[in-house]
Amino acid sequence: MQLITDNILALILFSPLLGGLIVMLLPSENKDLVRRAALALSLIPFILTLVAWFGFNASPEVDGFRFQQQVAWYPAINSSFHLGVDGLSLSMVLLTTLLAPAAILASFSVEEKIRSYMALFLALETGMLGVFLSLDLLLFFAFWELGLVPMYFLIDQWGSKTGERELWSGMKVSARRYASFKFMVYTMAGSLGLLLAIQMLGVVSGTFDMLALFQSWPGLTGSLFGLSVETVKAVAFWAFAIAFAIKVPVWPFHTWLPDAHTEAPTAGSMILAGVLLKLGAYGFLRLVLPLYPAEAEQYAPVLALLATAAIIFGALSAYGQTDFKRLVAYSSVNHMGFVVLGIAAAAFATGTESATIALNGAVLQMFNHGISSAAMFFLVGVIYERTHTRDLGAWGGLFPLVPVFGGLLIFSSMSSLGLPGLNGFVSEFLVVRGAWPIFTLFTALSMIGLFFTGAYILKGIASTLHGPLNEKWKGHLTDISRREVLVLAPLLVLMLWLGLWPAWLLSVINQAVVGLFG
Amino acid sequence: MIPYILSAIVFLPILAGAVLLFLPARNRQLIYRFALAVAFLAFLLSIVVYFNFDAAGPRYQFIEKYDWLPALGISYHVGVDGITAPLVLLTGVVIFTGVIISQRIDERPREFFAFLFILASGVFGVFVSLDLFALFFFYEIAVFPMYLLIALWGWKQTREYAAMKLTLYLFIGSVVALVGALAMYFASGLGTFDMLALEGANFSAEFQNFWFPFVFFGFAVLGGIFPFHNWSPDGHVAAPTAVSMFHAGVLMKLGAFAALRVGIMLLPIGAHTHLPWIIILTLVNVVYGAFIAMVQTDFKYMIGFSSVSHMGLVTMGFATLNYNGLVGASVQMVSHGVMTALFFAVVGMVYDQAHTREIPKLGGLIRFMPFAAVAFIIAGLVSMGMPGFSGFIAEFPIFMGLWAGGYPLIAILAIISIAVTAAYILRAVSRVFFGDLPAELEGHMHDIRPSEKLALGVLCLIMITVGVYPNIILPMVQSGVNAVLALLGGA
Repeated sequence: MQLITDNILALILFSPLLGGLIVMLLPSENKDLVRRAALALSLIPFILTLVAWFGFNASPEVDGFRFQQQVAWYPAINSSFHLGVDGLSLSMVLLTTLLAPAAILASFSVEEKIRSYMALFLALETGMLGVFLSLDLLLFFAFWELGLVPMYFLIDQWGSKTGERELWSGMKVSARRYASFKFMVYTMAGSLGLLLAIQMLGVVSGTFDMLALFQSWPGLTGSLFGLSVETVKAVAFWAFAIAFAIKVPVWPFHTWLPDAHTEAPTAGSMILAGVLLKLGAYGFLRLVLPLYPAEAEQYAPVLALLATAAIIFGALSAYGQTDFKRLVAYSSVNHMGFVVLGIAAAAFATGTESATIALNGAVLQMFNHGISSAAMFFLVGVIYERTHTRDLGAWGGLFPLVPVFGGLLIFSSMSSLGLPGLNGFVSEFLVVRGAWPIFTLFTALSMIGLFFTGAYILKGIASTLHGPLNEKWKGHLTDISRREVLVLAPLLVLMLWLGLWPAWLLSVINQAVVGLFG
Repeated sequence: MIPYILSAIVFLPILAGAVLLFLPARNRQLIYRFALAVAFLAFLLSIVVYFNFDAAGPRYQFIEKYDWLPALGISYHVGVDGITAPLVLLTGVVIFTGVIISQRIDERPREFFAFLFILASGVFGVFVSLDLFALFFFYEIAVFPMYLLIALWGWKQTREYAAMKLTLYLFIGSVVALVGALAMYFASGLGTFDMLALEGANFSAEFQNFWFPFVFFGFAVLGGIFPFHNWSPDGHVAAPTAVSMFHAGVLMKLGAFAALRVGIMLLPIGAHTHLPWIIILTLVNVVYGAFIAMVQTDFKYMIGFSSVSHMGLVTMGFATLNYNGLVGASVQMVSHGVMTALFFAVVGMVYDQAHTREIPKLGGLIRFMPFAAVAFIIAGLVSMGMPGFSGFIAEFPIFMGLWAGGYPLIAILAIISIAVTAAYILRAVSRVFFGDLPAELEGHMHDIRPSEKLALGVLCLIMITVGVYPNIILPMVQSGVNAVLALLGGA
């Protein structure tokens, strides 16, 4: 037991990868065994996270990073294997380990190459967890990039089977190949700046350890490479900011998102929207704000403007879609806009009460969006599997045929919409409350954006469930199955629970917010 | 310390090559088994050297020294340092896996393996030589069999042209370098070719500035430096699989290493003068090579140009002349060697079955050769510098070296190559291994043999081990780099 609690983070980090290797050793003919084993193995990191969560909560007043572990990794350039969590990363770890089993359970309907699928999925989980757990920049970057590889293959191999994209000179490729390639190259190219900035940081300060860098880097003065430190820092700031902005994605860097989300397999979309987008926002909070407080404050209005644009245009684009999955994908742009708005507000007025509120709201919104977007993508997947179409015009009046599905869809949509009593309301309210005194105009415009959010959500519900029944589906549509309800159950419970009593999560988040920026 | 182990490594292959020629030509099974046994032995010996090298010990280890032509100051003087020990292991790995892959050679296999072993002896010899004359001697031994191997066993359409081009390029390069070496011999006044003695010769600044480009470029031609790189893709493509593996995997390192050992380490002032502009050439290598690789439709040409791009990172690391750059370049030599050997092995396996290397005419091969496909994907990830694999461990310090050396612009431009590499590797992977099998290939494709899986497995294992646990190689490389820095610091 002592052994487990001493190495809890390393265990959380590597148990999915190890699970993936175990899955690869199972006989591929026995699909049920592979599925069940993958599910069971994905529950291990979740249980370990709960252990860490309760250990953390036993003394929430302690500042700083807990459960730290440090092992020499690449001493030649002073990089070490350094893990640790605060309230911010722990809540993201909880989100990841919670969504992974749900997504794996959602993948039970995958038939092709199920063994590789599950193994890649578990490897993906390790990649994402590594980003949240790392306290070393090089390690952070390593996991940041590693997560791309399994996702690339998941989209490329198990993505939607239909659809073609025309490239230059009339060459045609399948939509999933186009989307996976775009996802990989877009994100890799975006992280090149991050890579350069990390190298430069390492050369200048001689270490990659985040805790040491937080101390030394912001106070650095003098000149570097013949340029003033201010210039170098501004360049490095933008390199970090752009890499993270692509991942969030902040408008106008969002164009990879609708493609990747739409073509990914259902569980892949759940994880993409649920966790992968959070990596970008997490990068802003973990690295940009602490390392570049002055630059962050200087450029915060720009970020707030982009966030407002993401909220409004994201909502309008979502409303304009005829493909249900694309609609949900654009809704992510819209919702993540609030996260960025909260971050921008906090960067602009660090230390004030409003900033703390906005930041708490932003982190809670990350968690909430993770849950509700995963649920939404799953529900789209459920109806797609039955009707083999995602076209909003092809359904209509399905409520009487699939009452349980309909109820769940409305419930999740309301959470996404921000209905008071459900989780989305709490976090968006906190962000708006915190940002209002700081960026009044942007916040006001964003609230107008909320109106369009309501519009596209209702459009989604109306064109599936209501209106005249499309006779085509009569007798062909089965209601949501027990397994599928099981996937949704924990997500729905959390939506309600966080809507009514968010304090259990907010107290943990607040520890980090106060510790870092208070 | 194991006595005579370096001599054993150097002479084992060439002696085995001689023995091979006495075996009955008709008994192919025997020839292959004998070659495999010898290659395995060489591999084992190189492992012994690698793991017995003491990073905290003296600079050169396993030293042997005998007079050869004492009147001219030539001796047989060998030893390995922290930079060459990993390269000796690399050579052992590539000869072992290369022989395994060559089981399908049906034209005069006896002579093929004999020449391959002569080549291996030459390569081992260059890496361990501490005498300038011996280094040249082994260098020529390594270059000469390439001509025959490509011209006789190569791809029929271009083999004569490519073999001629390659040999001429490399001979001209080595002659230019030899002139520089002779100049050093006479200018030092020490009457010796011993490099350890020449390191302390204190050549004048004018002498170093004049002769450095001769020596450096003479050898760097073999390292594929721009604008002298264009023999290399032709040579890679025309060569039979095992020779391509050897060529890109080890021989190009020979050029880069000799440029470091003879050029930079013996003429440090010249290096400080000239490398700041040479680094621009290496930048061209890195970025231009990647773009050229991207437009290739021939699978093997693509890999060939990717080697030009990645070898540019090695010379770039050397050109920074600082700790990070040199460490990165030394690791990159090993990482690239293993990776490109694997690339060429897989390309060879695909070609053997499909009889085409045109990327658009291939597809869906993962269903027939899953192991080879996964191995290729792993090498591809190494190639695009994915963390967790050896390529990242190597490239990251090279870029740090650029920053530390005051070349921020070069770093920013060079990093573009990473995105371009990702693009062409992903394109090749998704075209060749995924998608649908073209109708013409129906019935032609089958899985690779277990021995070939073993070879690919060994190569993958090295790339992953170095990536996950870099300390398996770093203390050694650091000790070697510190010795180089000590020489440079004197300038």
